[in-house]
Amino acid sequence: MTSKQLSVFIENRKGRLSEVLDVLKENGVNILSMSLADTTEYGLLRLIVNDPALGKEKLSSAGFSSLLSDVMILKIPHVSGSLQQLLKLIEKADINVEYMYGLSIEKAEAYVVLKSSNAVKTEEVLKANGVETISPDELMKM
Amino acid sequence: MIWNETKECMSRDEMLNLQSARLKKLVDYVYHNVEFYRKKMQKLGMLPSDIKGIEDITKLPFTTKDDLRDNYPFGLFAVPNSEIVRIHASSGTTGKATVVGYTRRDLDVWSECVARCMTMAGVSKNDVIQVAYGYGLFTGGLGAHGGAEKIGATVVPMSTGNSKKLTTMMVDFGATAIACTPSYLLYISEVLEQEGLLDKIKLKSAICGAEPWTEKMREELETRLHITAHDIYGLSEIMGPGVACDCKFHKGLHVCEDHFYPEVLDTATLTPVEDGVLGELAFTTLTKEGIPLIRYRTKDLTSITHEKCECGRTSARISRFKGRVDDMLIIRGVNVFPSQIEAALCEVKEVTPHYMMIVDRVNNLDTLEIQVELVSEYYTDEIRGIEAMTKKIGHVINQAIGLSAKIKIVEPQTLVRSEGKAVHVIDKRKLY
Repeated sequence: MTSKQLSVFIENRKGRLSEVLDVLKENGVNILSMSLADTTEYGLLRLIVNDPALGKEKLSSAGFSSLLSDVMILKIPHVSGSLQQLLKLIEKADINVEYMYGLSIEKAEAYVVLKSSNAVKTEEVLKANGVETISPDELMKM
Repeated sequence: MIWNETKECMSRDEMLNLQSARLKKLVDYVYHNVEFYRKKMQKLGMLPSDIKGIEDITKLPFTTKDDLRDNYPFGLFAVPNSEIVRIHASSGTTGKATVVGYTRRDLDVWSECVARCMTMAGVSKNDVIQVAYGYGLFTGGLGAHGGAEKIGATVVPMSTGNSKKLTTMMVDFGATAIACTPSYLLYISEVLEQEGLLDKIKLKSAICGAEPWTEKMREELETRLHITAHDIYGLSEIMGPGVACDCKFHKGLHVCEDHFYPEVLDTATLTPVEDGVLGELAFTTLTKEGIPLIRYRTKDLTSITHEKCECGRTSARISRFKGRVDDMLIIRGVNVFPSQIEAALCEVKEVTPHYMMIVDRVNNLDTLEIQVELVSEYYTDEIRGIEAMTKKIGHVINQAIGLSAKIKIVEPQTLVRSEGKAVHVIDKRKLY
């Protein structure tokens, strides 16, 4: 099961990030998780939000280059080594992780956002090994 | 020292007589050997015999870089390729190169002119000279090389790109002169300083050209390196470096006017202006065989004087350049037109036609940054994707202008959209 991630290309200019957040705030888009990959020139802001389609629409009309991409949100046990085990599975299946970041942590579970080089294959591997992915609906309830 | 006292110090009357005789011969020559000029003259109802002396030059039509491009590659050559012994080429406005050809005699004249210039800069057969212009299609390397050999100096053909080797050899060979772009020399001086070699060099003279530079930069080079630095001017269409150079008095550049007749034109009316008045420089190649050009408009802004110089030379002198008539930029010695960038970017479907060139000088080397916007669907959420795009665009630009540029992808709708003539260049260097 994949979910939509909202990402924004932003130049490394003062105040640019907060302008993105302004747009989201004005339109009631709530951020569940974020990751900011930065280079000297620009940054890529990746967001998991409650309403990605609305976020994209509003950001685009405000002149930002925003796009939606498919990522997986995985539920793993909140214990030492579980992430390592997950990556072992993916590695064994010869799949590359494009990027990954944490979503939330609960008492027993942790959620991570994963973008891999091959979504279909990743899903198969995860299913076969009993790793749960959560649906956009479940995400909304988080 | 004066290389050719007969030619460089002849009286004004003698010079005008020589120029008149050569112009008459030239016009007859191009009329019979270059269809382009024959047609132009026929259109004006002119015959070669209408040109009776140098004062009649204003009756003749102009030639522009576009004419060279339209007749690419050999259309303006006056001789068959069997007589051409060398080809050089420089970048044109739309990616097509400007091609020039030299007969054996043209190469001799070229060496003669460069020899005059280098002698003005104090170079003699006793010198060891490093030629650090690029060798190749660019006229700088081979042009300077030929002149230095003609003088009988010991020529070290360094070309460009290996500063470490250059500084090592400068010390080990006891080089006394160098020919390169002024910005490269400034960079070399820093390398020498970093390596603690400044007091180990024997350099006394530099012949710098291929890009505009200021008096201030000359002073800086002279102080840093304890040398005299000279400004050599040229353009491949006319010949290459050696069209003009300044002597030790630095009061303008002496034109080799027995070979290249200079005119300074009013930029609006294109009629010759008085001495001392700023205008566009044009040259007529009085003796060239391969690709003779009549009233070729250089687009360089300067003024001219015909007064005798303190050095004894009577040749016309042009002032330091004050700018360009067009939008051509000279970056690391390479001619770059914004239109080339535009044409190249049009080939890349992922970018919009909007762009901005930022030219700067960092550590005395020219830098070029090109800012582009991506077409919205090509923005990605992966750094790898953006980097691949940057690399791809950089490659296309490099292919088009022969220079590496830093490509910066900016957010959509952030590059300035202007009405009318768009501003595509921010030049932070202060060259004029």
